[in-house]
Amino acid sequence: MREIDVGIITKEIERLCIEANYYLPQDVKKALEDAVEKEESPLGKEIIIDILSNEEIARKKLMPICQDTGLAVVFLELGQDVRVVGGDLYEAINEGVRRGYINGYLRKSCVDDPFMERKNTGDNTPAIIHTTIVKGDKIKITLAPKGGGSENMSALAMLKPSDGVEGIKKFVLETVDKAGSNPCPPIIVGIGIGGTIEMTTLIAKKALLRTIGEYNPNPVVAKLEKELLEEINKLGIGSQGFGGRITALAVHIETFPAHIASMPVAINIQCHAARHKEAII
Amino acid sequence: MTKIVNTPLTDDAINDLCAGDRVLLNGIIYTGRDAAHKRLVGMIQNGQELPMDIKGQIIYYVGPCPAKPGQVIGSAGPTTSGRMDAYADILMDSGLKGMIGKGLRSKKVVDSIIKNNGVYFAAIGGAGALLAEAIREAEVIAFHDLGPEAIYRLRVENFPVTVVIDNKGNDLYKIGREKYRIG
Repeated sequence: MREIDVGIITKEIERLCIEANYYLPQDVKKALEDAVEKEESPLGKEIIIDILSNEEIARKKLMPICQDTGLAVVFLELGQDVRVVGGDLYEAINEGVRRGYINGYLRKSCVDDPFMERKNTGDNTPAIIHTTIVKGDKIKITLAPKGGGSENMSALAMLKPSDGVEGIKKFVLETVDKAGSNPCPPIIVGIGIGGTIEMTTLIAKKALLRTIGEYNPNPVVAKLEKELLEEINKLGIGSQGFGGRITALAVHIETFPAHIASMPVAINIQCHAARHKEAII
Repeated sequence: MTKIVNTPLTDDAINDLCAGDRVLLNGIIYTGRDAAHKRLVGMIQNGQELPMDIKGQIIYYVGPCPAKPGQVIGSAGPTTSGRMDAYADILMDSGLKGMIGKGLRSKKVVDSIIKNNGVYFAAIGGAGALLAEAIREAEVIAFHDLGPEAIYRLRVENFPVTVVIDNKGNDLYKIGREKYRIG
């Protein structure tokens, strides 16, 4: 068994919180640059150019791309041959989030209860932690800050198997159309199809981590991704909802086996500040 | 076209604004989001004096990041305006003229904009670093306990916004979408 001290995990989480919020991933930047070329609306073009300037300012001045530095969503892939020593793993992750959000001058956006006092926890904890046990003796951490504006426009439907692919398309297009300008388009649409309600929403969120330009390995699913992107970009919403051809930069679908009676579909919407950062220990 | 507008807003300045105009704002604006709105409206309903004079003023829906040493303010882009729809008309009836945010507004807010000769601007959501560059001074003037939701008095220079809803009720979100929608 390889031993990994929790102190190393805390340090990595702190670094990832800060870097994920200051630096936009290269694939997202490239997708925005391509969008400037494709956008027909003059105002839409100007807006995307401003979004790219914002990325540059954040990177050079070491400040958050967006003031909504999100809840800290942590995907942990824990090698089964790793033994975590020196303390509690989840406490170590939360300590990393605490340090990252304080030392990185990130906004603390977490309230301690959802509908009573709604008092800010002051350090952006607790993190939302998803753990998977995998082969090997390493730990892979993905830190994905998730803002409220786009998360609020996400949706879940327990469709009937007879609704078929047309039912899926209808639900996705209605959800994006209704969201309009709210989730800060151009957006990335993460879709989970299959599983149970918690599985379908989890794979929808994981779909957002995929590199833009990569498609689902199943050609039928990949075709649906391309068709949906085309249909979404016909809605006319455009950057910031001001009208235009580029409403979404990508559609990513993940699937999972489903119950004979079910076809759950989850849509997790991500704004153009599609932030995530990985580390392997 | 880009127009330069100073705050507080005059009726003449508002009459000149049309949905789709890009505007550079100069002067004082105030911040406020969910929790601050709830308190401001509570104060109006209880007949209390507000912590700032909102006549002719603009409220920017933002909860900024903390400033690093030497910075005026951290990243400061708009939050989703729809959450303030329940309060906006009450503030406009008390003299507020403008709002800056992002995203859709309810019919009640649009009607209030027309009635009160107001305007709704959008700043670019997710461009918090770019927008922070146009903020020259920032000071918390009320509700310190709310942290990022406190009310700040900001002095802005050429703060870039777009007119989404003008005083005739024209809505860029509808106009833009109709223009580019296919099918």
